[in-house]
Amino acid sequence: MTRHSPRTRAFLRNGVFAAAMVAALGAPAMAEPLTISNWDGYMAPDAIEKFNSQTGNEAELVLHATNEEIMGKLIASKGAGYDVVFVSSPFAEVLHNLGLAETLDHSKIPNLANLYKEATELPHDPGNAFSVPYAWGTTGLCYRSDLVKDPTSWDDLLKPSEDVAGKTTMLATDRWLLAAGQLDLGYSVNETDPDKMAKVRDLLIEAKKTLLAYDDTTFYAKLVSGEAELVQAWDGWCNYGIGENADIKYVIPKEGSDLWVDTMVILKASEHKDAAYAFVNYILDAANHRWAAENILYKVPNQAAMEGVDPSLLETYPNMAFKPADMLKYEQLRDVGDAQREYSRIVSEIKAAN
Amino acid sequence: MTTDRRPLLLMTPALLWLTALMVIPCALILVLAFFRRGIYGGIEYTWTLENLALVFDPLYFRIFLKSAGIAGLSAAIACVLGYAAAYAIAAMPRRRQPTLLFFAVLPFWSNYLVRTYAWIVLLNREGLIVNIARWLGYNGELPSMLYTEQTVIVGLVYNYLPFVILACYAPLSRMNPEVTEASRDLGASAWTTFRRITLPMTVPGIATGFVFVFVLSIGNFVTPALLGGGQFQMIGNLVYAQFLTANDWPFGAALSMVLILVMLGLLMAQAVVAERASNGKGQSDG
Repeated sequence: MTRHSPRTRAFLRNGVFAAAMVAALGAPAMAEPLTISNWDGYMAPDAIEKFNSQTGNEAELVLHATNEEIMGKLIASKGAGYDVVFVSSPFAEVLHNLGLAETLDHSKIPNLANLYKEATELPHDPGNAFSVPYAWGTTGLCYRSDLVKDPTSWDDLLKPSEDVAGKTTMLATDRWLLAAGQLDLGYSVNETDPDKMAKVRDLLIEAKKTLLAYDDTTFYAKLVSGEAELVQAWDGWCNYGIGENADIKYVIPKEGSDLWVDTMVILKASEHKDAAYAFVNYILDAANHRWAAENILYKVPNQAAMEGVDPSLLETYPNMAFKPADMLKYEQLRDVGDAQREYSRIVSEIKAAN
Repeated sequence: MTTDRRPLLLMTPALLWLTALMVIPCALILVLAFFRRGIYGGIEYTWTLENLALVFDPLYFRIFLKSAGIAGLSAAIACVLGYAAAYAIAAMPRRRQPTLLFFAVLPFWSNYLVRTYAWIVLLNREGLIVNIARWLGYNGELPSMLYTEQTVIVGLVYNYLPFVILACYAPLSRMNPEVTEASRDLGASAWTTFRRITLPMTVPGIATGFVFVFVLSIGNFVTPALLGGGQFQMIGNLVYAQFLTANDWPFGAALSMVLILVMLGLLMAQAVVAERASNGKGQSDG
């Protein structure tokens, strides 16, 4: 999940570099500031500044481009050097399993009360013991309603009609690429049974023959240009296409979706626990959290924030109005442990197939 | 009286720089190839050869061979095109040559990604070429020009061609014109002269260009991802995926290690070719 605004994408490299420089230069300072790691553009540009001036803390932001990148650093340092990290739920789960995530003291995060009830019952962490959801959504089909018949099933993507063949894309990231096949066949998105996964592989190898490309980053641009007509997409990213062409629509296929959740985790190794709690609480403030919904066009699990969102936005981007109770019907991607190597292998087999 | 230490002194900063910032970090990564992947993507420090064995698993080995094929073909095409261009430049009047070489390396002034995206703008289904064809009155479906293996090869050749031009230009420009004149005077045709005299004397340049393009191509992951639409896994993509998505650093390290060995082998072969050529009967320096 590369969850940064695509508009700032081009600056990502520079941003990461600058952040690394800041981190390197700042290191010898006597008191280390509160360190928050997030994707580029995933919170308000002035969030840190406002937090510092409102609470008298000294927080600094560093950026990561992917979950895997920040996980590599956290595992290597046992969590030291970071106070709050933004990661997707399967990775929050890993941090918890490795004993790196702080067990949350809810009395220090009064704004947790702003969350939807459903956001406190997420299967990866019921009761928000170690993670606080920041944004959530589904993965489905994004398409040009003026060029293709409204799709209803994953079959419409994986076994496209003749006029759509060659004009579809799928996500390139292992888990979502496989999820399309798993959902189509009625399996769990965390299925690891070898026979079932062999069927998923065969289905996706067949689907590859009708595919324009695997694409994680520019699929909505391909829809806008007309290069593609039907793509597998995260709902939030489909909104970037909808913003440019109102004929673009988003639908969850009848077989279902996954429920992806990006979360905030406080590290057990944090030396500024109180400030870290204050930061999480600051983000959960209705106005602050609403920024993410209105600017990144992702749903946020914050009822108080969502209720304040400009209603015209929900009209333009209908998936912004998905009900939490409906989304919770879908299964979250979970950490599959050792089966990950098998997943990677299957994806290699699919991508190496002719 | 004493041996001259100055060369050593001059080399020391560069050597320290490379050792501290490249050799040691690379070694630290490569040694991971002998450890086990931890259940949560970390490293378990128990020795194993499992990762190296996995590189030779038919699935991954096929990807290796395929990458080598794509890199080899790209290098061969680049050598033919680049040699011809270098030959033409070397045949021009001396004062014009720097200008032509300048134009040959001009693409390097722009970012690799920008150049690659330019091909997407050009070739996509709603791109420049299709639109020009439509404007000219062509109405049929055009075959997909993007996201194929051929497009990947075109992209690699385009990006690395300047290296070959430079590598071939050096020996071509250094050739003593009297050598070829002598061949012609003794009755050899222009073709025979090229085949028997010019080509053998410039083989080191071709070998350097070939190895350069091959090495850069086989590890490339940007071009297959963008121009190949992610539908071809080259070995570079596989390594990238192990480190950045699969969180399987030991396997990524094992793949890198085999890749580095292949490259070292090629560089050694190239050194041998260069050595033979300079010890051979042809004296390339005029």
